[in-house]
Amino acid sequence: MEHIELLRFITSGSVDDGKSTLIGRLLHDSKSIFEDQLNAIEHTTRRRGIEGIDLSLLTDGLQAEREQGITIDVAYRYFATPKRKFIIADTPGHEQYTRNMVTGASTANLAIILIDARRGVLTQTKRHAYLASLVGIPHLVVAVNKMDLVGYSREVFESIMAEFHDFAAKLGLANIIPIPMSALVGDNVVERGNSMPWYEGETLMSVLENIEIDHDINTEDFRFPVQWVCKWGDFRGYMGRIESGSIMVGDEVAILPSGRTTKIREISTYDGPLIEAVAPQSVTLLLEDEIDISRGDMIVKAGNLPQLDKQFEAMLCWLADEPLDMQRRYLIKHATKTARIAFSSIDYRVNVNTLEKETGQDALSMNDIAKIGFKVQQALASDSYAKNRATGSFILIDEATNNTVAAGMMT
Amino acid sequence: MGNLQAFHKKLDHLDILESEAIHIMREVAAECSNPALLFSGGKDSIVLLRLAEKAFRPAKFPFPLLHIDTGHNFPEVIYFRNKRALELGERLVVSSMEDSIRQKRVILKHPGQSRNAFQSITLLDAIAEHRFDACIGGARRDEEKARAKERIFSFRDEFGQWDPKNQRPELWDLYNARVHPGENIRVFPISNWTEMDVWQYIAREQLEIPNIYFAHKRQVIRRGNSLVPVSDLVAPLDGEKVEEISVRFRTVGDMTCTCPVESSASTYDEIINETAVTRITERGATRMDDQTSEASMELRKKEGYF
Ligand SMILES: Nc1nc2c(ncn2[C@@H]2O[C@H](COP(=O)(O)OP(=O)(O)O)[C@@H](O)[C@H]2O)c(=O)[nH]1
Repeated sequence: MEHIELLRFITSGSVDDGKSTLIGRLLHDSKSIFEDQLNAIEHTTRRRGIEGIDLSLLTDGLQAEREQGITIDVAYRYFATPKRKFIIADTPGHEQYTRNMVTGASTANLAIILIDARRGVLTQTKRHAYLASLVGIPHLVVAVNKMDLVGYSREVFESIMAEFHDFAAKLGLANIIPIPMSALVGDNVVERGNSMPWYEGETLMSVLENIEIDHDINTEDFRFPVQWVCKWGDFRGYMGRIESGSIMVGDEVAILPSGRTTKIREISTYDGPLIEAVAPQSVTLLLEDEIDISRGDMIVKAGNLPQLDKQFEAMLCWLADEPLDMQRRYLIKHATKTARIAFSSIDYRVNVNTLEKETGQDALSMNDIAKIGFKVQQALASDSYAKNRATGSFILIDEATNNTVAAGMMT
Repeated sequence: MGNLQAFHKKLDHLDILESEAIHIMREVAAECSNPALLFSGGKDSIVLLRLAEKAFRPAKFPFPLLHIDTGHNFPEVIYFRNKRALELGERLVVSSMEDSIRQKRVILKHPGQSRNAFQSITLLDAIAEHRFDACIGGARRDEEKARAKERIFSFRDEFGQWDPKNQRPELWDLYNARVHPGENIRVFPISNWTEMDVWQYIAREQLEIPNIYFAHKRQVIRRGNSLVPVSDLVAPLDGEKVEEISVRFRTVGDMTCTCPVESSASTYDEIINETAVTRITERGATRMDDQTSEASMELRKKEGYF
């Protein structure tokens, strides 16, 4: 079998920018739509009194959403080309759905931000760009859509991109790939079309298929949160997934939080032992010395330690309906460790439309993003999110309701 | 670094999906007090078993296998189910719909009626009886519209219900498996796999599967676009013709509503080739029950279905 890579991306745009049409186009032109799905869409299109097929119906989700005519949640879609398999996190663009975008973005290699060429950079565009930078999506495509409605004008495209770049510079966003397109007609989605000969860049599909993603995971710092200790007869192995970096038999490792050191005796898998393993492989590590290790501990290389601390600062996105209540008990889940926390400060709240920092806040409600300080009951081994997505991210759980109430990124 | 990159290149999409699924299984084992793995003998749950071996060997699985037996199973699949559990040396719990029918928890309109929709009742009974707090299942997001928004750790309330508006946000690979007594989590380690990925993985791992997944001669009746298999439970109606043709199953479920597709594939590679060119979705081709309305799967899930 040929080697197929996996790329996860997210699409965001305001309502009616053409997100569903674009996804429909990608699925359709990559031949990922099945006949029965097409039939169902045709049927629905006809029932709504429209001729032809409306590709945006393909991504229509739940009954409740169809009734309200809006999407309310992240949906995942799949397609493949001979080069790559793709997972799309399809997130709705409504004002109130910051949390959905953060959710979809958390695992994405790439984000597509849609702009309607007639409307240009909107407040919502800025919000999407800010969220992409907050969640640290490695690659960003800015798709200026509906170019057919502005006469495929190069000037329109370039002036929109100039404005976008200005804003992006403030966010420190790099790796921006601008593409002028018409999702409806198909220009620069999968096929180039003949309408924009002035555009010399790649089509969207070409970007998706070829962009380099090997370095989207941190390959430098070995981090292995212990998930499960396997004791079976004489066998004692530490099971988990390598979240970043790599490890070899014989490497000297430290166990955190205890700080004890030992060496890797064996890297065991069901398919046999390995000499070396890399992120994101799931493996079982056997150590030279018998050390007391349990779930929640982290195995790292002795010469490359994360920060070990109880006091943290982080950017927090509040996800729950019920607002933050400083009196309640919240748990942090960070890597494989769960512990109780206490908030120490809300430094400021970010106005996601203006990027202004609003100080003097003592509450957070759904979709708020804030810089906070907190203390954890036990020391956590972590890295800054900018350095390591896996060991810099966490969620907060309300101990009374068990709901996931916030997502955090350590600064 | 040079070395590492060379190695890195070797992880393909199946390696990454596999590792993700192993990680999910280990999270369930660690965070839930009494999980079970739903094993039907079908291809998706066969993949789950291999993933569980990869996650937990050399030890035994930290959960039993659970089968919701509708009594409408293909005999080849039941044979395979028993054989596989025995080979693995793992405990198999069978909860039978016949019991639910006897206890009048399930009331059928007629004996030949499809039992798919009632699986939820027997499943919820099994969860209550054995006090399972998590059930690992082989559902995939590519299967059906209502599944596209399913979480990997999907919360169900004390009535076993899935409320699409009340799902926990799921970020990064940080799963929240916490439940109160009586509540339940369904966990789908192969959420991100497609039908193609499953077949490629089965081929790569050389997994044994029930023989009805390969092309074989079978008596069928053509009804609409479906080929309905003739069995003890399904006989031709007046005027219907029985044909014997070469078919294989893409899914195996309730015998009365699971249809095969025409096929000549007798090896994994031939199945993969057919999968690559098929123009009909897995459910569209094979499940009469989900064709009834656009929202039928969604409704069943709300009632407690996987
Ligand atoms: N002319 C033109 N119309 C488009 C284009 N892309 C989308 N549309 C139309 O814009 C409307 C909104 O598109 P839709 O995909 O539903 O937007 P969404 O809300 O972002 O998912 C629909 O009527 C589409 O047909 C385009 O490139 N050109």
